Amino acid sequence: MGSLFRSEEVCLAQLFLQSASAYSCISELGERGLLEFRDLNPKVSPFQRRFVGEVRRCEEMEKTFTFLQQELRAAGRLPAPCPESPRAPAAREALRVQEQSEQLAQELREVSRSRSSLRDRLRDLRQHLHVLREGQRFTSLPVGPGVPAGLGREPILDPSLHHHLDRKINFVAGVIHPWRVTAFERLLWRACRGYLVASFVEMPEPMEDPATGESITWVIFLISYWGEQIGQKIRKISNCFHCQVYGYPESEASRTEAITRLHGQIQELSTLEETEKYLAEVLDKVAQVLPTWRVQVQKMKAIYLVLNQCSFDVTKKCLIAEVWCPVRDLTQVQDALRQGSVSGSCFVQRVPTTESPPTLIRTNKFTAGFQSIVDAYGVASYQEVNPAPYAIITFPFIFAIMFGDVGHGLLMFLFALWMVLYEDSPRLRQGTNEIWLTFFEGRYLILLMGAFSIYTGFIYNECFSKATAIFPSAWSVATMANHSSWSSAYLATHPSLTLDPNVTGVFQGPYPFGIDPIWSLATNHLNFLNSFKMKMSVVLGIVHMGFGVMLGVFNHVHFQQRHRLVLEFLPEMIFLLALFGYLVFLIFYKWIKFSAADSRVAPSILIHFIDMFLFTSNAENLPLYPGQVPVQMVLVVLALASVPVLLLGTPLYQWCRQRAPRTVRPRAHDFAEIFMHQAIHTIEYCLGCVSNTASYLRLWALSLAHAQLSEVLWSMVMRNGFVGLSYVGGVVLVPVFAAFAVLTVAILLVMEGLSAFLHALRLHWVEFQNKFYVGAGYKLCPFAFAPDTWE
Amino acid sequence: MAYGGLAVPIIVMSVFWGVVGGVLPWLVPKGPNRGVINTMLVTCAVCCYLFWLIAILAQLNPLFGPQLSNETIWYLRYHWP
Repeated sequence: MGSLFRSEEVCLAQLFLQSASAYSCISELGERGLLEFRDLNPKVSPFQRRFVGEVRRCEEMEKTFTFLQQELRAAGRLPAPCPESPRAPAAREALRVQEQSEQLAQELREVSRSRSSLRDRLRDLRQHLHVLREGQRFTSLPVGPGVPAGLGREPILDPSLHHHLDRKINFVAGVIHPWRVTAFERLLWRACRGYLVASFVEMPEPMEDPATGESITWVIFLISYWGEQIGQKIRKISNCFHCQVYGYPESEASRTEAITRLHGQIQELSTLEETEKYLAEVLDKVAQVLPTWRVQVQKMKAIYLVLNQCSFDVTKKCLIAEVWCPVRDLTQVQDALRQGSVSGSCFVQRVPTTESPPTLIRTNKFTAGFQSIVDAYGVASYQEVNPAPYAIITFPFIFAIMFGDVGHGLLMFLFALWMVLYEDSPRLRQGTNEIWLTFFEGRYLILLMGAFSIYTGFIYNECFSKATAIFPSAWSVATMANHSSWSSAYLATHPSLTLDPNVTGVFQGPYPFGIDPIWSLATNHLNFLNSFKMKMSVVLGIVHMGFGVMLGVFNHVHFQQRHRLVLEFLPEMIFLLALFGYLVFLIFYKWIKFSAADSRVAPSILIHFIDMFLFTSNAENLPLYPGQVPVQMVLVVLALASVPVLLLGTPLYQWCRQRAPRTVRPRAHDFAEIFMHQAIHTIEYCLGCVSNTASYLRLWALSLAHAQLSEVLWSMVMRNGFVGLSYVGGVVLVPVFAAFAVLTVAILLVMEGLSAFLHALRLHWVEFQNKFYVGAGYKLCPFAFAPDTWE
Repeated sequence: MAYGGLAVPIIVMSVFWGVVGGVLPWLVPKGPNRGVINTMLVTCAVCCYLFWLIAILAQLNPLFGPQLSNETIWYLRYHWP
């Protein structure tokens, strides 16, 4: 079966690398991702390692790359992911990358700086221009009859009209943030009232705020005042409010001259356009090379970190690396070393070890999901039997027993089918929502769960809680009615009646596939279903656990511990089968042998089972078959006899082996440890058999809960939509169905699905796996270059 | 459909799951996944067959019958065969 059955053979190996070709060899090995490197310098701090200088250089380059990426992002460009994966650069190329990146960063800094200063200057000029232009409104003479009515007042501020006055009118003009206008005005009035006239007007176009970068409609103000002190006060106040003040010439002519001059200066700033173009070019260049450089430098850093873990043999001028290598890949490793080294002088050598190697189980996209749920409990110990290939089917099956409903299973199946068919679409793969990613990773798991739920739904005969009569029902009401003469009058006085299977023709045989549809119409359906589901849970549980014990055989054989077959596997099996295998037999026997004719005196299996353990008998409980009591006594004695064998067998065997002169004697307390371990195992197994069998009854409990929930949802939500059989009723049906659908998905699919998933997982992890699985290993993490992720 | 008792369903289902679990594994093409696919087929056949078997054996000899409301009896008496 390959490595899914048990983990692959992994060996410890040593790589001998010439220092000249060490870098390229590790680069080759990293591309292939085969080996896990062990740290041969654990006591050396990171700052004292051999290649710390190179690592530092890589980190500096990464800092430059981060700056470049920030600049790209600020300009609104998204860096594209690297299309193909470039190899780690050689030393010369790395130097070139470093120089180029630093040069680009320098260029970018300079261009950005000059661009921002040009922009500031342009903004300044434009603000000045607007101030002058808007100020004209208050200080210029009316042009003609076409003057807009909005200007209202007479231009009383025109100095030419008041030139005969002694006082000279001065102006302060500037720009202020719109939110500060009212406060500014108020303060001006309080400070210098009566001696100034202030007017405010909004700028015709919004401009960028240098501090925050957002576009704001500034307010231009023009203050005309008399007196020098007032002027100083006004300037101080404008300073406090962070206003930009511009000179406002008094005469009309000088104002027009200033305006023309500003226009000229703005034209000169056409270099801004060229600067922007140059900046765009630089950014283009950066965007082109940055992805490749990033990947290259990441790989280089990873290689140097690995080289730091090797031990440097000064005398022989070569590096020694210790690796965990899968035996199957040794030839590939040799190949890689030959490719990477200049003269073919690097080689790999296998080294014997007593340490436990890491576990490697190769999976494909289908088996990865199932392996991960097994690994979540514990990674398999080295080369022990892996429960995953069986869990591929038993896990969805046990889920489906608790979830069985055709409609819900179909919905789940279709959802998973959509995910599977579109699994290569980048939109699905690159989702960032964690919950969505969890569902997506488990799409094959959900697919199988849905498929099995459809099957168990057919067997339970439930489709959105309704039974379907694919085959005609085996119970004939007509025969019963004719036999007991149920007239209409009789029926009217008796609200509920029971069909009697003793009457010939009422019960015609078992329903060929699943549960008979009449049970869903019966008021006592739970009596029948509970008995059926409880017995089903117990039978399936004992079969599952027996299978788990049998998987232990593979471990005993593989680890050359055949004595455990006789001393552990056999007593375990006898204990399980003598007690619980017999229970399964009783269940099947009663189903086959006892019918409605002896329904009054049908024996209770539960009481028989209890009496079996207590060695008593109940006179009212008839035996199932002749000779039942002696058979049961023999079975109980057999089971009890297997307990001391299980408890003492393996420790005594190991003690006897060590007493033989050819092997080294262990210390006394080793034997005590072995004995203690075996005692714990025995108690755990025997008590576990009983409690785990009862634990499987959760299959019954959850399937009952699911059936009841879906029945409640149907009868209390959906049925109300069918009450009105008119057009109005048809319209009412739409929101009722919407509510039904939402509740079905939320409660029955999501909540019940998660619940059944959890319980199925628990049954696998605890009840199934504690019969054979140790799970104390660690995974092989090969050195490979991680795919680049862009934040 | 005449009720053939237990015989017909048992034969049909046993043959079906027997083919799935016993014959199909031989027809799976050789490849790295052959072992996994065979395990899946056998496990699936055993699980599904056992589940169906339990369902049909539980109804083979019912000890009691369904209790129906009078409205259900009125309906079923004439509408079900």
